[in-house]
Amino acid sequence: MPFNFPALSYIIALFGDAILIFFAIFHVIAFDELKTDYKNPIDQCNSLNPLVLPEYIVHMVINLLFLMSGQWLSLCLNVPLIAYHINRYRTRPVMSRPGLYDPTSIMNADVLSMCQREGWIKLAFYLLSFFYYLYG
Amino acid sequence: MDHYAAQKLSQGFTQLPQKPPLATSHVPPELVNSSQQHNISQNFIPPNDSLLKPTSQPTYNYTFPPTNQVGSYGVGITAKPSGPSISSPVNRVSQEEPISSGPPRTNVLGIIPYSTEPANIISQSSLGTRTVPSQPPNALQPPRQPSVQYGSYPYGDQTHLQNRTMAVSRPSPPSPNIQPQYVQPTASLRNQQYSNQYGHRPPDNFSQPQLNHLYSSPQYPQDNLSGPTQYSGGYYSGLSEDVMNQMSNLSVTQSGYNRLWGKDTYDLLKCRDILPSGRVEPPAIRLQQELYEANNCSSEIFRCTLTKIPETKSLLDKSRLPLGVLIHPFKDLNQLSVIQCSVIVRCRACRTYINPFVYFIDTKHWKCNLCFRVNDLPGEFEYDPLTKTYGDPSRRPEIKSATIEFIAPSEYMVRPPQPAAYVFVIDISRLGAEAGYLKIFCETLLSQLDALPGDSRTAVAFITFDSSVHFYSLADIQSQPHQMVVVDIDDMFVPCPDNLLVNLSECLSLVRDLLKELPNKYSESFETGSALGPALQAAYKLLAATGGRITVFQSCLPNCGSGSLPAREDPSQRTADNVTQAMLNPVTDFYKKLALDCSGQQIAVDLFILNSQFVDLASLCGVSRFSGGCIYHFPLFSIKNSQHIDALQRTLQRYLCRKIGFESVMRLRCTRGLSIHTFHGNFFVRSTDLLSLPNVNPDAGFGMQVSIDENLNDIQNVCFQAALLYTSSKGERRIRVHTLCLPIASNLSDVLHSADQQCIIGLLAKMAVDRCHQSSLSDAREAFVNVVSDMLSAYRLTQSSNPSSSLLAPESLRLLPLYILALLKHVAFRIGQSTRLDDRVYAMCQMKTLPLQQLMQSIYPDLYPVHNILDYPELSLGDETVVQPPRLHLSAERIDSQGVYLLDDGETLMIYVGHNITPALASALFNVPSFASINPNIVSYEILYYVK
Repeated sequence: MPFNFPALSYIIALFGDAILIFFAIFHVIAFDELKTDYKNPIDQCNSLNPLVLPEYIVHMVINLLFLMSGQWLSLCLNVPLIAYHINRYRTRPVMSRPGLYDPTSIMNADVLSMCQREGWIKLAFYLLSFFYYLYG
Repeated sequence: MDHYAAQKLSQGFTQLPQKPPLATSHVPPELVNSSQQHNISQNFIPPNDSLLKPTSQPTYNYTFPPTNQVGSYGVGITAKPSGPSISSPVNRVSQEEPISSGPPRTNVLGIIPYSTEPANIISQSSLGTRTVPSQPPNALQPPRQPSVQYGSYPYGDQTHLQNRTMAVSRPSPPSPNIQPQYVQPTASLRNQQYSNQYGHRPPDNFSQPQLNHLYSSPQYPQDNLSGPTQYSGGYYSGLSEDVMNQMSNLSVTQSGYNRLWGKDTYDLLKCRDILPSGRVEPPAIRLQQELYEANNCSSEIFRCTLTKIPETKSLLDKSRLPLGVLIHPFKDLNQLSVIQCSVIVRCRACRTYINPFVYFIDTKHWKCNLCFRVNDLPGEFEYDPLTKTYGDPSRRPEIKSATIEFIAPSEYMVRPPQPAAYVFVIDISRLGAEAGYLKIFCETLLSQLDALPGDSRTAVAFITFDSSVHFYSLADIQSQPHQMVVVDIDDMFVPCPDNLLVNLSECLSLVRDLLKELPNKYSESFETGSALGPALQAAYKLLAATGGRITVFQSCLPNCGSGSLPAREDPSQRTADNVTQAMLNPVTDFYKKLALDCSGQQIAVDLFILNSQFVDLASLCGVSRFSGGCIYHFPLFSIKNSQHIDALQRTLQRYLCRKIGFESVMRLRCTRGLSIHTFHGNFFVRSTDLLSLPNVNPDAGFGMQVSIDENLNDIQNVCFQAALLYTSSKGERRIRVHTLCLPIASNLSDVLHSADQQCIIGLLAKMAVDRCHQSSLSDAREAFVNVVSDMLSAYRLTQSSNPSSSLLAPESLRLLPLYILALLKHVAFRIGQSTRLDDRVYAMCQMKTLPLQQLMQSIYPDLYPVHNILDYPELSLGDETVVQPPRLHLSAERIDSQGVYLLDDGETLMIYVGHNITPALASALFNVPSFASINPNIVSYEILYYVK
């Protein structure tokens, strides 16, 4: 494959995806800590919340590159996640700072298990797309 | 029709308090100061037993405010504080006499029992109506039917009435073995009647034949007629009389056993009287053989929605009932063992406190009942402090009592126990000054200063605010309080480091001066700004070092500085069917964040909302909800209304003097296989099973939803243990432990029959509030209806045969549909009627935090007929005798226009006077010639003395 814009976008996507994988791992670990009572939910939310928007931005930048380079298949694979991100952020609790997680509701078993599942699914998705970008 | 009527009724009642007061100055001081709130109900306590005999025409002696108004109907209301409504006499006394939190300690390993009087002696309930139902009368003394004497029901049910009386007046039936075919219907009628009247079975139940519900329901005229006819037809056209006899015997034994095990079935379509006349008793918990005599936790403290836990999650799902516990952990108790010992015995794995349900393997080991680990028993546990001998560990108070309090050694402290510290933050803006609550607050606090819980370190501070924040320096070198005003509210700071939060005992005279001066100083104000946010921040900074309690009085929407809120209620939308979730949720997270900061520094914020306009309680309540505080709401408060003054005074008295626990945490542990799903109440959840409660008060209840993670079929019992660690106002670290043990059920029918309907309602109400916050009010209402239909269809699954025309419910759940209907009409969940948003939000907060008994009373208030009060059975409580009128269904059908009724919803007592009241009754009860001249604004009653 000659070195052109799509190739560049895949290379950038590869790096971006690596970052996303780290975010997802951090997310999974953080919620596991919460579940096993290692951390105070206030501290945990304070460390998680600043990372939410960067993750979404990195993901969107990757897809912007795909859009510009006309990689429709890759874009289509990612559109559901973008839609999910937008919806998730739109319905977040009332907060004055950026972020998703509210320390008062995060200990609810439903919310906790939902976030944990979300973390694992995202990790799997990012890993799969990492290999897809690598060979794509 | 029932429900519609009940709604009309409740509307009629709720409108009454709005009437303007006329006679207000006649409240005798001793009534105002009386510690008990049931003013009206005390009227009916006769001073002496002999006077209580039903006389033909008793004469009444009374003193009343002069009546000078011609009203359309007469109503007297006494506002009770929103504090506890007490349901049992035991409870009542304990409320009046809270345990002093620091009894003298004598020995190192000693038990200090709270030596209050035994429960049954002190039970001098006022009206006696909410006490334990008396023994069911025997057949010779049929229960009285109040309505029969007064004749006409508005909704004509004469046949049914006659039918009932006839059934009662039949002669006592002979034994079933002699004349089964004739006796059965009668016996059934009688028994059913009793169970309806008295809420429980007559003692001779087991020996008497019981007809099963399919045959006859005494409340239904046709049934009564057709039942016996069918029977005789059956017998006389008899194919084989023996077979029929056997069959009926079978069904007799069957239903007898069902009764015995509390598995009665009610047909909701036919049974009109399902409300017991006394209290609705919680179902008893029946444990396995070896734990049979172990003391379980009192149902007033700890209750589970199911008294038998389903063994698998799928069984729970099949029953369609919620699983959870409701707990009232810091309830005022009048008997509590307090233990001080060097080692508190706990499981090494799960840290469970030793409790009555552990298993002793031998004298040196015990097996934890939550995680099943085998632990060593320390030698000193065999020492019995009561008899001062060594021996059997089961004699220890920890093993004997499921509710116990430990005085914690120093390893339970992260810092020295904090002193009691109180900061009062008072809104003095224009609306606050107009409401005029400041005077009442200062007077009440002044009179209760000595009674504030605390030791010699108790500290107080006062902050007032309008658009600026005022501090009061109370240094003991000064001769008078010194005011400091901070105008720069955007960047809040505390003007001087000390002398603001001062030691109460050292500066008592200055505090008194300040409290006397404040009302005069701010009796008028033209400042419309209200900087609540900055004032709270200042209070937080004052208390951050020690922790304590912030009491906020707020009368208008905060509109200055941080935390200001927009006026977002649209009055035209008050009757709208759909209250959107956004309206019930906060607009800003300022108050929540502040609450979390406070919670971290062990500060709780209590709100007193005395508003005349919208204050956005939905946003404000966050500050109490997440800091473990409490909320009181006095809508449309005005100094001109003596009922309001009375209510505020009583609430404040209770609030200021009740027990308080500082820097507390509560942990709820449960048997392996169960886990806590969601918590309800005012607190911050710090980890999966730990609640952080900066303050805990005796009026706070909590709810927890529980989920079943693993199958429980290899164990016999499930335990819940709640441990509340707190610092008493005397600076002692204490742990209060409650343990509840429940058996396991393996089939659906057991689960349904063991359900605790009141507890289920309590938990459902909390879940519905959450649903309102997450989706919408209409969703929550729909969910309520689904719960009932799910329950009924689940029960149908357990019935092998049942006619399609009946709607069967187990005895344990027969009131669930009624309560659900009441919930749908409750202020929190009603639609269609004009409801101020703040009132709705407050009602929702109450749903989350009220202890179950008070919650039930606010959902389904008690209604008693009082016009013929002397005709009801008497109940002797200790040395006093009180009459016991039955509770009535909240239905217009039960209201006679000639009658007088008392409604008690836990916060207010209302007297409903029918418009056709006879002149004799009017003059006897109200000292007026006729209905038209009854004064509707009676604030309090003298005790009525019945004179022969």
